[in-house]
Amino acid sequence: MPEIIHQAALEIRDLAKSFDRPAVDGLSLQVRAGEFYTLLGPNGAGKTTTLRMVTGLLKPDRGGIAVFGIDVLTDSVAAKQVMAWVSDEPMIYDRLTPLEYLYFVAGLWGVDQATAEARAEQLIGWLGLAAQAQERCEGLSKGTRQKVALAGALVHEPRLIILDEPFTGLDAASARLVKNVLRERVAAGCSVIMTTHILEVAERMADRIGVMCDGHLVAEGTFDELRLQAGAGYATLEDTFLALTGSETTHGPIAA
Amino acid sequence: MMQAGSVAWFAQHETRLAWRDWAWLLSGGRRRRRYTIMLGLVAFVVFTHGFAYLTLASLGGFAGPADKTLLVAVGGTLVLYGSLMLSQAMEAVTRAFYARGDLELILSSSARAERLFAVRIGAMALSISAMALVLAAPAIDVLAWLGGARWLAAYGVVVAMAMSAVAISVSLTIALFRAIGAKRTRLVAQIAAAVIGASFVIGVQLVAILSAGTLSRAVVFQSAAVLDHMPDRESWWWLPVEAAMGNWPALTVVLALGALLLAAAIRFGAPRFGELALAAGSVSHAVARPGKRTARFRPRSPGQALRHKEWRLLLRDPWLMSQSLMQLLYLLPPFFLLSRMFYGEGYSAALLIPVFIMAAGQLAGGLAWLAISGEDAPDLIASAPVTAGRVWRAKAEAVAGGVAIVFGPMVAGLAMIDWRAGLIALCGIAIAGGAATLVQYWFRAQVKRSLFRRRHVSSRIATFAEALSSILWAGAGAIAAVNLWVAIVPGVLALFVLGGAWVLSPKRA
Repeated sequence: MPEIIHQAALEIRDLAKSFDRPAVDGLSLQVRAGEFYTLLGPNGAGKTTTLRMVTGLLKPDRGGIAVFGIDVLTDSVAAKQVMAWVSDEPMIYDRLTPLEYLYFVAGLWGVDQATAEARAEQLIGWLGLAAQAQERCEGLSKGTRQKVALAGALVHEPRLIILDEPFTGLDAASARLVKNVLRERVAAGCSVIMTTHILEVAERMADRIGVMCDGHLVAEGTFDELRLQAGAGYATLEDTFLALTGSETTHGPIAA
Repeated sequence: MMQAGSVAWFAQHETRLAWRDWAWLLSGGRRRRRYTIMLGLVAFVVFTHGFAYLTLASLGGFAGPADKTLLVAVGGTLVLYGSLMLSQAMEAVTRAFYARGDLELILSSSARAERLFAVRIGAMALSISAMALVLAAPAIDVLAWLGGARWLAAYGVVVAMAMSAVAISVSLTIALFRAIGAKRTRLVAQIAAAVIGASFVIGVQLVAILSAGTLSRAVVFQSAAVLDHMPDRESWWWLPVEAAMGNWPALTVVLALGALLLAAAIRFGAPRFGELALAAGSVSHAVARPGKRTARFRPRSPGQALRHKEWRLLLRDPWLMSQSLMQLLYLLPPFFLLSRMFYGEGYSAALLIPVFIMAAGQLAGGLAWLAISGEDAPDLIASAPVTAGRVWRAKAEAVAGGVAIVFGPMVAGLAMIDWRAGLIALCGIAIAGGAATLVQYWFRAQVKRSLFRRRHVSSRIATFAEALSSILWAGAGAIAAVNLWVAIVPGVLALFVLGGAWVLSPKRA
């Protein structure tokens, strides 16, 4: 069993998962407490598979995962208690109202009634959901559903928030609102790990960026560090990303 | 080459979709060899024809001229089929309005949408006919074998009834849209479909209870009270019955009438389908009454949260409610019988035990499927800090709660008349419900709740095991009322069925 380092918000060591072919292959990475970490990579790079293994939705073939020192594979209930997962497809119930959904999620995480009510009210306000709070989710737009799902993820005050493509389907105002909420959570000491295809979001929000390709972490660091790793002449993150994941750099990982 | 957007082009498109849907229905979504499907079909045909022969051969009298008793029996059976067809047609029409599917693509194109809707109304008539013919074929074939080829004319009557059922459904749904709006039409039409489907069977059983104290619907057709109130032999009311019995002019009239009704429904209904479908799509979604109901939804623990969520989702889904309603409506006759027993008319309470147990098994199976396989947010539940065991326990408790709410008062009523019968019914309901829940747990698969109607297709082993187990537990309950020791035999058989299901379950494999 690989050694798990404590103190980190998330510690992944030699993680591997294969379906028909290897989806994640010997991945190791670390997210620090209070850090905003973004995973980038082309479609099929293994980002979502990695996050699903972290949240306990998939069992890895090998490797170790620890969340704030709690081994996800041996004590998944304790690990899940401090985590929240937001997928690109909002996991909500059409026939519950946003408020009921938040109470339900709070109940699942064992949050006491008074706290759940206070947090739900607060989140409904923060995310601009007051007008829809009593409306059933079936009538909500994709962006609003995504905000409800995000509110659900925050209602139990997780220490690590894991988001897979959270900006899919959000309009500019909603996207800004979500970014602000995430920044506020990070400022409050929460850790965030997020996948996105919107490079501008990664550039502006992330403390560090990890670039995955074919199940491997091919580069990691701040934007400036990634530019250095990609080589001279790459001014934007898009150029840097394409250089890191393009054909000329897919033959082996670039040392961080 | 067909012209794009023409009726023939849409018909080809619909036929291709229907064929693939049908193939999926037959194969359960899995790739199977053709001969396996053929073998299954042959077995089905042999079994249903054998059953029909055993039922009809003992009755006799199909060869000679029809007396009034035969007319009433055939007429009653046609009405029974008609109510089922009307129920299916109403559901199909409602689905055509509300299921978005490819409607938005077609309505946003330059093709004339009424052509598509004309084809779809025709396709509904075809599919309802096909379903009715599959159900009626064994009885018609056996009648032709026993009473002569003239009975084959009944096939034509079934087709005419299917065309009429679709025409009536289209007219009714359009009238509902006009009268109560798109939002309420869905709920009313779905519940009406469930009630129509069950009402005739239930009505006949209620009359049978009143007249003879049994649950047989055949008795009522032969009773003097019914025969006396029927129209004369020469009345036009008997036209469909005469047609079914080989009167060719009558059959021509019935078929022409059905075709005329369908043509009128297509002519006047198809052009309105587009605007009504758009209205259905833009229905403003329900707003929960602020305060009370949301205030009551305050789960204190993960288990409570899961249980309350399951109950609330079911209560708020009119379609699922109507499906469950269908099962519950069938409990009305035994409940009525129970109320008569309560007033001391000396019926055996044991008669109710298997009815309760069987219905509880079926209800539990449906609820368990919804709770276990029909989970809409599986990732949310899986990422919650709750052990899988606790999740399954909470879901099983939600199922048990639903069954208890439905059957609790009935069992209490039974126990007041005969405490032993009440106790046996209670145990039987608990065991049959638990068994059905276990089968659904072993055969769980992540699917959308909206596929509830197709749950029987996704795993035939699960469906068979669930039904057989409920039947065996019902039998055990009935026998236990007479002799407790003999009841062990069906009980052990039921355990074997469950064991077999467990061995064959994909989760174990």
